[in-house]
Parts: sequence; C-alpha cells; structure tokens
Amino acid sequence: MNYTSRANNYPLYIRSVPTQNELKFHYTVHTSLDVVEEKISAVGKSLGDQRELYLGLLYPTEDYKVYGYVTNSKVKFVIVVDSSNTSLRDNEIRSMFRKLHNSFTDVMCNPFHNPGDQIQSKAFDGIVSGMMVQTG
Amino acid sequence: MAGSQWELPPELCCRPMAFVALTGLDVVYNAVHRAIWDAFCANRRADRVPISFKVLPGDHEYPKCRTKRTSYEWYIPKGILKTGWMNKHLNLVPALVVLFYELDWDDPQWKEKQSECATKVEIVRTSLQGRNTKVAVVLIQKKTPLPPGEDLVASERAAALCNACDLSGKSLFVLPHTDHLVGYIIRLENAFYEHAQTYYYTEIRRVKSHKEFLNKTTHQLLFVRHQFKIAFFSELKQDTQNALKYYRTAYSLVHELRAHETNMLEIKTMAGFINYKICRLCFQHNTPLDAIAQFRKHIDLCKKKIGSAELAFEHAAWMSKQFQSFGELFDEAIKLGLTAIQTQNPGFYYQQAACYSQDRKQQAQQLCQGGASHPSTEPLDTQSGGLDFYGQRPWRQGHQSIDPPDAEKEKTGILALQIKERDVPHSELIIALLSNAVAQFKKYKCPRMKSHLMVQMGEEYYHAKDYTKALKLLDYVMCDYRTERWWGLLTAILTTALRCAYLMASVKDYIIYCMELLGRASTLKEEQKSRIEKNLIRVLMNEVPDAEPECDSSSISTARSLWSDRMSLAGSKELTIEVQDYIPFIQCKAKFQSPSFHVDQPIQLQVYLRADCPHPVSFNKLAVSLSNQEYNQWCVLESSDHRNMSLLPGKTKLYNFSFVAKTEDVGKKIEMTGVELMLGSEGRCVFVSWRGAGGDAASAHEALQAGRSSRQWGRCMEARQEPDWDSLSMQHSTMIISRVPKISVQLGHQPPALNNEMYCINLTIQSQEQGIATDVKLTAGLKPGQDANLSQTTHVTLDGSKVCDDAAPALLTDVPLGDLKPGEKLEKCVFVKCVSNGPRVFLFHVAYSIDTTVEGRQIVCKCHKFEPLDRLVVDIPFLLMTDILSSSPWPLLLDSSSLQLLAMTSNTPQRQSQLQEVVLQTGECASECFCLRCPPQTNSNSTVATGQYLISWRSADSPLIQTTVTLPHVILESIPLYIHAELPSFGRVRESLSVRYHIENRTALVQEVEMAVEPSDAFMFSGLKQVRLRILPGSEQQMLYNYYPLMAGYQTLPQLNISLPRCPNTNTHTLRRFLPQRIFVKVTKSWKCVLTTELAVTGI
Repeated sequence: MNYTSRANNYPLYIRSVPTQNELKFHYTVHTSLDVVEEKISAVGKSLGDQRELYLGLLYPTEDYKVYGYVTNSKVKFVIVVDSSNTSLRDNEIRSMFRKLHNSFTDVMCNPFHNPGDQIQSKAFDGIVSGMMVQTG
Repeated sequence: MAGSQWELPPELCCRPMAFVALTGLDVVYNAVHRAIWDAFCANRRADRVPISFKVLPGDHEYPKCRTKRTSYEWYIPKGILKTGWMNKHLNLVPALVVLFYELDWDDPQWKEKQSECATKVEIVRTSLQGRNTKVAVVLIQKKTPLPPGEDLVASERAAALCNACDLSGKSLFVLPHTDHLVGYIIRLENAFYEHAQTYYYTEIRRVKSHKEFLNKTTHQLLFVRHQFKIAFFSELKQDTQNALKYYRTAYSLVHELRAHETNMLEIKTMAGFINYKICRLCFQHNTPLDAIAQFRKHIDLCKKKIGSAELAFEHAAWMSKQFQSFGELFDEAIKLGLTAIQTQNPGFYYQQAACYSQDRKQQAQQLCQGGASHPSTEPLDTQSGGLDFYGQRPWRQGHQSIDPPDAEKEKTGILALQIKERDVPHSELIIALLSNAVAQFKKYKCPRMKSHLMVQMGEEYYHAKDYTKALKLLDYVMCDYRTERWWGLLTAILTTALRCAYLMASVKDYIIYCMELLGRASTLKEEQKSRIEKNLIRVLMNEVPDAEPECDSSSISTARSLWSDRMSLAGSKELTIEVQDYIPFIQCKAKFQSPSFHVDQPIQLQVYLRADCPHPVSFNKLAVSLSNQEYNQWCVLESSDHRNMSLLPGKTKLYNFSFVAKTEDVGKKIEMTGVELMLGSEGRCVFVSWRGAGGDAASAHEALQAGRSSRQWGRCMEARQEPDWDSLSMQHSTMIISRVPKISVQLGHQPPALNNEMYCINLTIQSQEQGIATDVKLTAGLKPGQDANLSQTTHVTLDGSKVCDDAAPALLTDVPLGDLKPGEKLEKCVFVKCVSNGPRVFLFHVAYSIDTTVEGRQIVCKCHKFEPLDRLVVDIPFLLMTDILSSSPWPLLLDSSSLQLLAMTSNTPQRQSQLQEVVLQTGECASECFCLRCPPQTNSNSTVATGQYLISWRSADSPLIQTTVTLPHVILESIPLYIHAELPSFGRVRESLSVRYHIENRTALVQEVEMAVEPSDAFMFSGLKQVRLRILPGSEQQMLYNYYPLMAGYQTLPQLNISLPRCPNTNTHTLRRFLPQRIFVKVTKSWKCVLTTELAVTGI
C-alpha cells in the first residue's frame, strides 16, 4: 500500500508499506502519471473547470490497483493498493483521497511551508499512517 | 530450440483453410498444366475462396484411416489431442481430390481414354480408403465448349464418363484451355469449395456421432478432444461463429478435467491452445472486449495452476507465452484496423509477459543450480523425436494416472528439464518482450512507462553481462528521470549504471556516475557516498577502485584485470567531463559582480564552488574562459598559487578574479563561456567543465524554489558570511561601457523655431576634467534615423549672419573646437533653418580625448514650428480663404501676402494684400479671402493644384522671411447640370415665399431631368411636385415654387431631388451642394395674435 502526492510531476511525498520493494512502487507511481496526464488533458478540453477531481482506477496491473486524484491546481495524488485487497471499494478510495486533499491543503496553508518543497508535516504523516493502518 | 517448447504450433496459429489436392497435373513439363496451376495459386486475395491447394501425384498415398471403433467401452484415451492431428487435416487429408485429365469430347480414342480416366479415379479412391474425401474430375479440353444442351455428343459422353468413374454429374468439370483461363479457374474453385464444405460438414457430423458412446468417467479427455475437433472442422468450413461456440465449450470442458501434477502441463497446454483460438476468433469477429474478457478469465483460472514445484519455471514460461501470444493477437488486430487506447494496448501484455519471463529466470536460477555436470537429455528423447500428445512428458507418454508410473524416471526427467532450462537465454527472451512493450507504449503515449521498461531492459542487459548496451539504455532514460526530478529512481538507475561502468572498466562513465551519485540528487546513504568518493579519489590517483557491491565474484575478477590494464596503459590521462546536464557533486556558480563595468574600472568576477560529497575534496586548477580569450589568463587559479583549494562538504567557497577590459571592447559584451575545474593531478586529470556560468540540471528549479521561499530572508540575516547557495544568482555576461565623461554640455534655445527662421541654439561646453581635454569636436544637427524628409527640409549652419540656403547640411559633423583646459568654458551658436513644420530631434555630440580614453556625450533637443490650414474648394466661382494662425510665442509682423495661382484664375483684379503690416500676437489669426474661378478642364474628375500662398513675415528683429504655403489640391468635378436657387434671405411664417430654381445644362447634349420635391413638415408649397423636363445644351430652365413656411426659426427647405434618368450613375448629390439647405423664418405679428386667441378659446 502506497501513498503519494506530487505537483509538477516530481514527488512531494511518497510513502509505502511494506518498505521493501519500495522502488517498484515508485516506478508504478511514476508510470501512472502517463495516464493521469492523459486524463487531465482529455478533460481539460471538454469540461473546463467543472472537473471531477477523482480520476478513478488509472490502469490495471496484475498485482496492484492504481488510483488517481488531481486537484484544481494540478497537484496529483496516487494511491496504489494490492489487487487482492477487496475491502476497498471506489467510495473508500474516494474518501481517502478527499482526506489527503484536505490534509494537503492544511500543509499548504502553513506559512512556513514553501510550496514545491517536500512535505515535512507531522499532521500529514499522521493522516497517511492512519489510512494505511486502517486499510491494512 | 531454446524457447521453442513453449511456442504455439504454427498449425494452431494459422487460419485454417479447406485443403484440396490436385492430381494429374504435370506442372514441371507441361506448359498448359503449369498455367492452370499458376492460375490456382497466383493472386489468392481475400475475394477468392479460402482454399489451400496442393499438387499431388495421382498415386499419392494419403494418411491411412484407422479402422472405425465400434465401441468405446474398453477404450481409455491416452491424451487430449494428438500433436499431428491439426497438421493432418490442414495439409495431409484433403477435403477433395481433383483429377485433371486431358480429354476432348470428340477425341478419336474416346473409349480408351475414358477407361484410363476411370482407372486413375479408382487409384485415388483406393488410397483414400475409408475417408469421406470427395473425388472430382476435371477434363482439360482444347476446344471451347458449346452452350449446354447443344452438344449432344458431349452430354452423352459426359454421362458415360460419370458412369465409368462412378461419379455424380456434379463432380465432373470441363476446363477449356482458352483465353479465359482465370475466369474458368475461379468458377472451378468455387465449385471445389462447395464440395469441401460438404466434406467438413460430414466430418463434423461424424465426430459428433461419437458422443453417444462416451461416458463421463473414463472419457473426459475425449469430450475435450471432440469439441476441439468439431470447432477446428468448423473453422475449416469457414463457419467461425460455430467454431467459436465449440471452442468455448471445449474451454470449459478442459477446466473440468481432473487436474493433478502429472497432467497439469497437458491441461494448461490445451487450455492455452483453445484460449488462443477463442481470442483469435473474437478479434476476427471484431469483438475485442470479448477477447480481453476471455483472456482475463483464462489467466485467472490458470494463474494458480503451477503444477510441479520443481518445475515452477515451466509455469512462468507458459504464463509468459500466454501474455505474449495475446499481445501479438491484439497487435495483429490493431494492424487490421482495431483502435487501442492508452490503458488497454498490447504493450501491457508484452510487459506482463516480460514480467513472467523474469519470474521464470529467477525460478530457474533457484531450481536449476544442482544437477549433473554432464547433462543427460536421455529422458527427454522420444522414439519419434516428438511427442504424441500435446503437453505430455516424454518419459511417460500416454499415461493418465495420478501418480507417475516410475518414480526414478520421473526424477531423472525433471532433472533433465532443469538442466535444459539452465541453458535457456532468459535475458534474451526478456529483452525481446520488453522491447516489444516499449514499442507499444511509445505508440500509446506512455513516455514514463516506456522509460521504466527501458530501465528494466538495461538491467536485463546488465544481468546478461552486455554492459555496453545496458549503459546505452540507462544513459538514455536517466535524463528523463533527472528532468522529472524523481531522485530515488535516478539514484537506483545510476547505481546500476555505476556497476556496469565498473565491470567494463569504463573510466569516464565511472567517474561521471560517481560524481552524480555523490551529488545532492543522490538518495544514497552517507556511508555509500563515502565509499564511492573513496573510489573516485582512487581512480583520480590512477588506482583500481574497489568493486561495487552486488556484483558476482567472477565478473569482479575480470573487471579487476580490465581496470589494471587500463591503468597501466600509457595514453592520455586527461578527461573532460561536461557536467551541465548532470547533477555533479561539485556545484559551481559564477557571476560578474555587475551587469556592466565602465572601462576604467576593473571587472570583478566571482566563482562560487560547493561540494556535496561527504569528505573534503581538493582541486588543482580553476579556470574561467571568457568570450574574449585574451582575458582568460586573468581568470585562472592554479595549485602553485598557494590558495586554499579544498572544498569542505556543504560549505560554499568564493574565488574572486579581476581584470581590466581593453578599450576596443567598449560597447561589447563579455560572456563567460565556461568554467573548468581540474581534479587530480599526477595520475589522472579530470576537467569538470560547466558551460556558461555554471549551474546544472537541478539548479534552475532550486533557484526558483529559493526565490519563492519565505525563509531566505531569515537565512540571509543569520549567515552573513556565507550566502544562501540556492538564491545565488548567476551573471554570465557583462557589458563594457565607456567612461563617464567629465564635461558639461548645456544647450540654450527658445523653442519653438519657426518655419524658415534662422533659429539659434546656444551651446556651452565646460570641461571638468583634471587634465586638458584635447581635440574637442562637435557634431551638431538633425539626429539621424528620423523621417527622411526632415533631413532635406532642415539646414544647419554655424553662420547666423545670413539666411542659409538649401546647400547647408542637416548634420554638421566633427567641427573642431580645439582644446579645453580644466575648467575652461566654450560657447558656440548653431543656427537651424527648418523649411517644413513638425517636431525635430537634434543631436549634439561633443567628443574629446583625454589621456588615452576617448569620450563622448549626447544631448538632444526638440524644435517646434507653426502650421497653416487647408480648405476644400470646388469649381464654379468660389472663395478661397486663408487663415494665418500664429503659434509663435512672439509677435510676428506680416509684411505682405500674395497668391500664386496655377490652374485657377482670379475672379477679381489683383490688389494689395489685405494683411499688409498686420502684427499677429500669439494665437491670433489673420484671414484673407480671394474669389477664384476654375476654368473648364480637359480631364474631368482629377485633382488640380491650387497654387501657393506666399507670406513674408519676420519676428521682432530677424531678417524678413518668406514662407511659401502650398495650397491644397482640390478635386475638380465637371458636372452635367448646374443648379442655383434664387430665394429671399428670410421668410415669414404663413407668408408665401417664392423660390426660383435655375437649372443649367452644361453639356453638349440634350439632358432629360427628373425633379421631385419632397414634402417637409415646416413648409407647405405649391409648384410642380414631380416633373420631367428636357434642357437643350447650354440653355437653362427655371422652376418656380411658392413655399409657405409653417414654423419659425431656421427651417430646412423641402428637399429638391434631381435625377438624370439617361445617366443614372451621375452623382446628383453634388448638385445639392449648390442649393441652400435652410432658410430663416421670422415670426409675424399676426401669428402671435392668432396664437393668443387660440389660447383664449381653449381657456373657455
């Protein structure tokens, strides 16, 4: 299970459990950006600002499911979960993203945070850890 | 041989086509037969029926048909599908055998030939004993046949031949060897196709009929076999819908089979075959989603069916093949017009295939370590050289029991398989699959996926010990990860690349990767960095570096010897590394202290260096190269200079250079072209070089972030001595500008300047130099680069005593003024005469020499003038009015004025100027009026120059100046009609007002005129409201109207519309100009009375 959020396509925050094989998840998240970008550009043409932030399942792999979420300011969130984890439905994933987004907004509101820097926030860490524990 | 065990058999992958054998054709020696055969084979496009033809000799032996089983009761099947079965029905057992025989209906030896033909048919029939294969006869004839029914001999003999050969009439064909061969052939093959379909139909019926004899306990395998066969025959019959249906049943039956370790491979093999067929047909039916769904189902069902743990690699190999062949099917469908999308394209299947191949390789490495050093493949040999049934073990073919019949044999068999697997070139397979996937992802806009797969390819090449290729790939994608700023991934790739560089002892690559892994973008741990830095220092000392971890020992020893060879090599030990596009461990930022320097100041240049590695690093030379290479000598720092040349980790070091610019470079830009740092000295020199003023692949973004950061303010405050690295900006060029002149130039003048005036500009030059300014030169006049006309209408002179003429230039250049002592003042008058009006920018340029430096100075001033006005005039007698408006701030005395007419003549005799001796103050206006007439012109509708207006004037004490104003051109119109009205100067309300219109024909033709008076609110009128009349040339007509004004004040007269019906395009609007538009209507006393009485009435 693996959470990331990023802007401008470089990672702002990456965390994965279990930590072994972390590199593979990094690659998975990185490659999923292809789909995210394609989806953003496709939506941008048709609907303008009235965009659904949640992008849904990005692409199927044999072992993992990759979900995406993009804020209006083009900050991207990606969640990778094990394919065998059937307890997570679309709705749960959606609410996880919303929670992440809220927490991310809080981080951005911190006057001492420089937007574009890596996220170093205990509160954000806490939210992410909480979600990871909850979903196992 | 390597991967071939897993390849799908070609007979499975081809499109099944009806098999028709042709006999009796001698295609080698008989030209007619050859032509017939060519017509059958050539141009088999999609519009021809799907048949595969083969020429066989008449006595060809067809595969023997086994005796039909009457009962399945004691029959135990040995396997699912025989390996030869598909090939047999595609290429060996024909649906139809066609006998070609040359025989004309009127052949003289008809009887003999008929019996020979019958014999040949009989031979074919015998060799097809027991098969349902149809036989047909084609008679090759020289003559064109008559229409059916007309040739009685033919029909009679045909019947006889059929009888003799025991053929139905439908199986006898005639092929006249004439011009239309291809047409006849196409008709023939359509008939053959029908026969073939009937054959396959009966075959399907035959296989179906077995079903009733089968029971579910012992004949499970046969259920699958029969469904597969029916489906395959349906395909041969080109009935793909039913084929798909039967394959689907076969697929579900194959998964109902009892699976155990011994038959797992057979089940999976067959499942794979059937799945392949289903997917293929789905794509063919243009239902790709069905194909994908079937494939997913297939994978889900089979993923866990690993079979024997000792042969786990076989499962991975099989899985890989499943994905690969689906990918190929998908790709093929796309080539035939299917559209794929980013998230569903063949690339994913190739990628997954590669993934399973990687698993296979891993499992093979684990499982195949042991084994005999002399691999025995004996258990894998079979008598026939192949297997009888698909997916069985060679050492126990045909056994369907749960336990292997011979445990010992089983063991050696497995061992033999493991040994065989050891020799499989796994990396090659993986790389081929990955490169397939890369090609797909490139097509479907997945650049990152592509990069990721290329990394995997590079890693695979590394495992395959092909380090050159590995480096090439890794190097290619590295820059993508660098620009995307995914440092973790970049570090991982660099680590692999470093290993490759080490193992192939590529010094330059090794140094580059070391430098980047030590840099700030690397996510390596401190101890790793420390190890790498030590290695780097070793290489710089020309020593062999320590091995990279995770390299296998055998390659390390070869690498060691490679390195020592390389180190002992004489050759050049110098290397230049361009680091601009990397993120090296030493950062460099250089700047000129100011964007511009005066030539008399020394140019200051600063180079900031910073090391990110864990240990201090020292360098031996620092050099900045500049666009003018003459300065380079001043910007070098060498180890002999005894300055501190070691960089401490995380500390910024500043090196200052300064030099004096050359005077030739004044006005030029000096740019830094590069910064070079030399690492190592004896042993090996590495020049780390930055283009321009330093910076690297990551610094631009860091500077951006630093600029955004709020913390930088605080940071700067607390650490004064060490500036914040990220917010250091680079300044890669500076401008050399001239020395600031110490001389004052003042201009005194009183704008505006008047037209033609000798306008005086006072120039005061005072030296503030310490020394004598020699060779002072003045350039004064119109600033170049303005409107070209200005230079012709502006004249500059130093002589103010007389009015200068047109020869005087617009710009006086380099007027020598002699020398100026310190503090000395010099005054000069410059006269300017402007012949046209408008603003002008003047340039005053004083140049002088002092010591060795040449200086200059520019001052700019503006001039203004006044301008006359224009009027538009028409022909007939007209008035020309000239207004002279003085915009001069001083009073002007007008001496005289006169008109110089060109085309016009004056209507009045020449008299004295009305404006003589008039003095105009600022803003005052003097007008003069002339009555002129324009004589008839030869060409109509053209512009005519009016002439010139001459004014002589002077301001208070200047000489008399004559100004010539060119009067505006007027457009002359010759009009066919002239109209003028005679009416009183005013009217009274309710008092008749008579208006007489005079209409004059000015042409040489009779003119027809239509006149109409439009009604008006303000007038009632009497007279002809609408009239048409003719006017003779040169004569005039009068129209009298009585207008009766209704309202007081200025009233618009009723509009008179005149048109010339003969020449409708004449603009009669111009005529209206001659007519008065309005008239003033006075109020009468009586009207007022009426008004009051009316009021009184309403009051009551």
